[in-house]
Amino acid sequence: MLDKNGIAKRIAKEIKDGYYVNLGIGIPTLVANYIPNGINVELQSENGLLGMGPFPFEGEEDPDLINAGKQTITTLPGSSIFDSAMSFGMIRAQKIDLTILGAMEVSENGDIANWKIPGKMVKGMGGAMDLVASAKNIIVAMQHINKAGESKLLPACTLPLTGVKCIKKIVTELAVLDVLPEGGFKLLERAPGVSVDFIKQSTAGKLVVEGEILEMLID
Amino acid sequence: MINKVVSNADEAIKDIANGHTLMLGGFGLCGIPENCIAALVKKGVKDLTCISNNAGVDGFGIGLMLETRQVKKMISSYVGENAEFERQLLSGELEVELIPQGTLATRCLAAGYGIPAIFTPAGVGTEVADGKETRNFSGKDYLMEYAFDADFALVKAWKGDTAGNLIFRSTSRNFNPIMAMAGKVTIAEVEELVQAGELDPDHIHTPGVYVHRIFQGEAYEKRIEQRTVRKKD
Repeated sequence: MLDKNGIAKRIAKEIKDGYYVNLGIGIPTLVANYIPNGINVELQSENGLLGMGPFPFEGEEDPDLINAGKQTITTLPGSSIFDSAMSFGMIRAQKIDLTILGAMEVSENGDIANWKIPGKMVKGMGGAMDLVASAKNIIVAMQHINKAGESKLLPACTLPLTGVKCIKKIVTELAVLDVLPEGGFKLLERAPGVSVDFIKQSTAGKLVVEGEILEMLID
Repeated sequence: MINKVVSNADEAIKDIANGHTLMLGGFGLCGIPENCIAALVKKGVKDLTCISNNAGVDGFGIGLMLETRQVKKMISSYVGENAEFERQLLSGELEVELIPQGTLATRCLAAGYGIPAIFTPAGVGTEVADGKETRNFSGKDYLMEYAFDADFALVKAWKGDTAGNLIFRSTSRNFNPIMAMAGKVTIAEVEELVQAGELDPDHIHTPGVYVHRIFQGEAYEKRIEQRTVRKKD
């Protein structure tokens, strides 16, 4: 079973040289720590920055330079700054190659729910609805099962949706899965020490298992 | 030469009245019109509708206007960092309309470009689409979203000149240039106000035509919401 850093490490392997990538808050943010050497990417922060750098050194924080999580950050050689309309313009126009974000639920037809739980204080969708509606390639980093052991990979989402038929790939603590165009989760890889049977038990939506499923390589 | 300069924030906002719709620039606490917000709190205007990506935090930004119950409705994409906001929302004192961040930005843009509505895929198939016209282009569904109609836009820039031209700094640009374009009356506060001619016309982000009033803010606290740093090796 993978921890959060393990999920981030596995997702980092999906990033190709030359990609522009938008990373959501949470596990997706950790992906930046594991981008392999020799792979050049530019991270987009939807508040208006391409080429997001690491956190500043202590004492060098600039209140005018933050990421979409409102954290102080830095720029890098080649960075550019733009307004919020251009930021979402480049997202809608699919100039961003890959979006990585978290989810509370994903359905077998690729719907995602990640912004609202009825009965709880709703903070808002931020840029998530724009990202999922427009991105050409979305990877979801999420927990396969909740603390009660219930699956979060479902036949249909129970929570209010963020987007419909948009998710292509999911990396969880248990597995790597594709969402098939005709519907269903296709099991591609299993986490170290996790059996196919356990993944079957943990997936409420339709699971497609074909041939031998290898353990994922994360290091 | 047209001169847009007013003496201070109080003068800049003097005709903002109860019930007006305001746009406020900024992302989180980054690039917010601090001096205009302080002047609005002092003036005490009420029943405001505020269009802003976020709603400030307790004790700063729009959070200050929430404490004084001046806001009737917030139109935002994310409002998570404010306990007083949550209290007013749950008690029904405050109305909130949550909209996708790109929709918020592009509705500002549309207003500034004189376009009555835009089509966006954000929110298709979700509750955001309820009651909205949907159109299909090349096999994909889009929602029609209207340009904003705001009485005033309050924006913050790094430098500005007496003709109202603005230059923003780093990610404090965010919603400021597009809200500046979108307000019926746009008020810009700047860290440094210079004479027309001192800024290179090639470096202007917002042309003065969009700015009706400009002043140099007295002070900027520029509070940091999430101070994240790394250690030197």
